[in-house]
Parts: sequence; C-alpha cells; structure tokens
Amino acid sequence: MPILEAKNIVKNFGKTQVLKGIDFSMEKGEVVAVIGSSGSGKTTLLRCLNFLEDADKGQIFVEGKCIYDTEAEKKLTAAQIRENQLLFGLVFQSFNLFPQYSAFENVTLAPKMLAKERADFKHNKKQIYAEIEENARGLLSRVGLSDRMDNYPCQLSGGQQQRVSIARALALNPKVLFFDEPTSALDPELTGEILKVIRDLASKDVTMVIVTHEIEFARNVADRIIFMADGVVLEDGTPEEVLDNPKNAKTRAFLQKLSEN
Amino acid sequence: MFSEQFIEVSLKLLEGFGVTLKIFALTLAFSLPLGLVISFGSMSRFRPIKWLIKIFVWIIRGTPLMLQLIVIFYGPGLVGTWASKMIATGVYSGSLIQWLATWRVFDRFIAVLVAFVINYSCYFSEIYRGGIESISKGQYEAGQVLGLKKTQVFFKIVLLQVVKRIVPPMSNEIITLVKDTSLARTIMVYEIIWAAQKFAKSDGLMWPLFYTGAFYLLFSGVLTVLFGYIEKKMSYFRS
Repeated sequence: MPILEAKNIVKNFGKTQVLKGIDFSMEKGEVVAVIGSSGSGKTTLLRCLNFLEDADKGQIFVEGKCIYDTEAEKKLTAAQIRENQLLFGLVFQSFNLFPQYSAFENVTLAPKMLAKERADFKHNKKQIYAEIEENARGLLSRVGLSDRMDNYPCQLSGGQQQRVSIARALALNPKVLFFDEPTSALDPELTGEILKVIRDLASKDVTMVIVTHEIEFARNVADRIIFMADGVVLEDGTPEEVLDNPKNAKTRAFLQKLSEN
Repeated sequence: MFSEQFIEVSLKLLEGFGVTLKIFALTLAFSLPLGLVISFGSMSRFRPIKWLIKIFVWIIRGTPLMLQLIVIFYGPGLVGTWASKMIATGVYSGSLIQWLATWRVFDRFIAVLVAFVINYSCYFSEIYRGGIESISKGQYEAGQVLGLKKTQVFFKIVLLQVVKRIVPPMSNEIITLVKDTSLARTIMVYEIIWAAQKFAKSDGLMWPLFYTGAFYLLFSGVLTVLFGYIEKKMSYFRS
C-alpha cells in the first residue's frame, strides 16, 4: 500500500491552472525527486500536499486512508487540517527558522506544544519534556550541529540553519518529509552539507519528496524522479529512465539546458 | 528669598506634574491593549469592519488632538442642551430625545482620558499593524506545518518578533505622549504647564514655565533609557 497517494490534484491561481490533475504515489522508504523548470508547479504541488494551499480538486490518501477529498460533503475543520499537517514534514527553501529561539528551542518548540495536548501531560511533564529534549539533541547531532545547539539562527550560516530546519521537521516524526528546493537559497559551497544530510536520511529509509534543481544529486539519492512541466507530470521513473532516456521532448530540452549551464 | 520661591514653585509644578503622569500612565494602560484590538479590526477579512475602522482611524489621525479634546468635553453637554430645547419647544419628544436630554458635559479628567485613549489607540494600532504585517508568511507557514494552532503561532512565534520591530516607533509615540499631555490644559485640567502659567499670571514670573521643560526632559530621558534597555534586551536575535 502506498504511504502517500494523490489523485488528480488540480490547483488554480485566478485563471491560471498551475496543477492540471497530478497523480502521484509513493511507497514507504522511497525517495522521490521532483524536477522541472520554475513555474512548472513543483512547489505548488508540495504546498498542496502539505495543506498550505487548498487544492481545487483531488484526493490525498495516506496509507490507504483518505485524508483530503475536494468532493467530500464536509469541509475539513481547522483541527483536521492540523492533524493532516502533522503527518508530513516540510523543509522550506528559506529555512523559516524562528529567530528568537535557539537551534535547540527551534527543534523542541512544536513537540513541547503538542505534548501539552497529551492526556498524561500533567503527570509526566518532566519526563515528556526530557524525552523531547533528548530526541532534539540526537537530531541536532545527527545533522552535525551538536556544538551549535544554543546558537540563534542569526549566528548560524545558511547551511547550518537549513540543517536545523531539517532537524526541526524530523522532531515530529513525519511519515513523509518534503523538501522545497532545500539548497536554492544557499551559497554553492554550502549545498554539499545539506545534500549529505539528505543522503544520510535516505540511507536510513526516511520517506522523502525532494523538489530540487540539483540533477546529479537527484540521480544519486532518489529512487524515482518525477519531471513536471506546465502543471503535469511528464516523466515518472528511475533516475536512469528519466535522466538518461527521457521519453518526452520537453524533458530532453530541460536536461539539455541544465547541462549547458 | 529666591530659594524659598524656588521650592514653592517646584512643589506646585510637581503637583501639576503628578497629573501629567496620571494622564500619561492611564492613557498607556488603556490604549496599548485597545490599539491591538483596533489593529486586528483594520486587518479584518470582513470588509465592513475593516473599512469602518479605517475611516475611524483616518478621522482620529486626521484631526488635531486639541480639537478632539474640545469635542469630547463639550460635545455631550451641547447635545443635552439641544435635546432639552427640542423637548421644551415640543418639536420632538421621543424616548431617544429624552435620553439625549440627560447628556451632560464630561468630568474634565475623564474627557481628557477618553480623548487621549482614543487618539493614541489609533496611532498604536497602525504601528501594531505595520509590525504584524512585516512578519514574513514563512513564519506562519513554518508554525502551521509543525502543527501549531493559529493562536500558538501568534503568541509563541510572531508576537516577540513584532514587539522587537515596533519598539523604536512605539518609543517615539510614547515620548510624544509625554508632551501631548500638556494639551489637557485646553479644557482646564490642571497639569504642569498650567501650574507654571499661574505664576506668570499672578506673580509675573516667566521662569517657572521654562522650568517645566526640565520635568519633561527628565521624564523623557528616563523613557529613552528604558526603551534603549528593551531594545538591547532583544538584540540577541534578528528578524
């Protein structure tokens, strides 16, 4: 059973149709890279899957259970949308760390807020918090920041900030972790450290969807590559199939252009 | 001789300055929270509320505080007199007019407070709005995808960043308030300037008026140091 399945996702911005019926599905542990030129709808797809945008049409299933359906009679309540959002994690292009909190606090903030909703919170507060903090320390050292935990975002480089934001997303144990061009806002010499972290996650079977412009990285880390253009999926296959033997002329043109740069 | 006079003047001015401080403190106490409510109104997605608030803020910011003081102090009394006249001449006699006829002039100090609170709430609301709208959408979205509720996002993530950004314009506005309190004199509320003017009128002394400047300077100096401290306290992060 696919861990995530999206059916016929349509999204309009005013009169422009940005997503023209996307079908998408992935298995647990799979790493999918989404490539395509800007304006192809990659980021919008990610945002629809994370409920930052309301798809105009379509359904989303997680482990076979329908969590979003535009045909459903009742609109989702704010609480339901929140529940859905907790299924996934999202790493933003521009990090969006909370500037007034240290790296460590950025990672523990959401888990601590959520813990307050647990029935046993009052009795086990200390223990719950200790577990959250232990987990945060583990995640931050996993992304190579054990010595920067108490630094504030403004004291960290872009690459370090992005690694904190990856740890922050992982802290909630998402079923699928999404990356929206995680290296696009970074200096070229800093992209390597992010790609290394993502590669490490891939080797630990974290299910990921990565929107990226780093084609060679996509080839290395992804089990599958999806090529999008003008709001539709044109290619969907192994890196070899998509990058070496693209079926569509648009894919060829896109890859050609990239290799020229 | 002079030292005796100096002490007498100082005590009188201090008395007036007490009223000045009272206007200042009470205005802040009410207008800081009320401004936040108004700023939410001006950002409301419900158009009629948004426009009503915008027009209200335009009127308050677009007219002199001195005029607002006069309208709020004399206005209700004038309405009451007019309504009583209407009843006496038998033109109207509905229950609304009966009620209007009971309107009297406000207590002076209350009138000052009402005018100042309304005026400063409107100015503060615009500062709040600017601060809130300057926070990037990414901060809200990051909170949202981490499963935080809207109120949690506002209070745990957005608020402190807003506070940091609005401290400089707020300190400006608050220091302006210190000096605006002297307008209370317009409707004969006894504050420090009036206290000093009394000496000019009765004893022909001008220096007490100049002397009031020292009180204002001292107080705004304290506020400047305080705001500098707050700014420094929040300099550990950049947003």
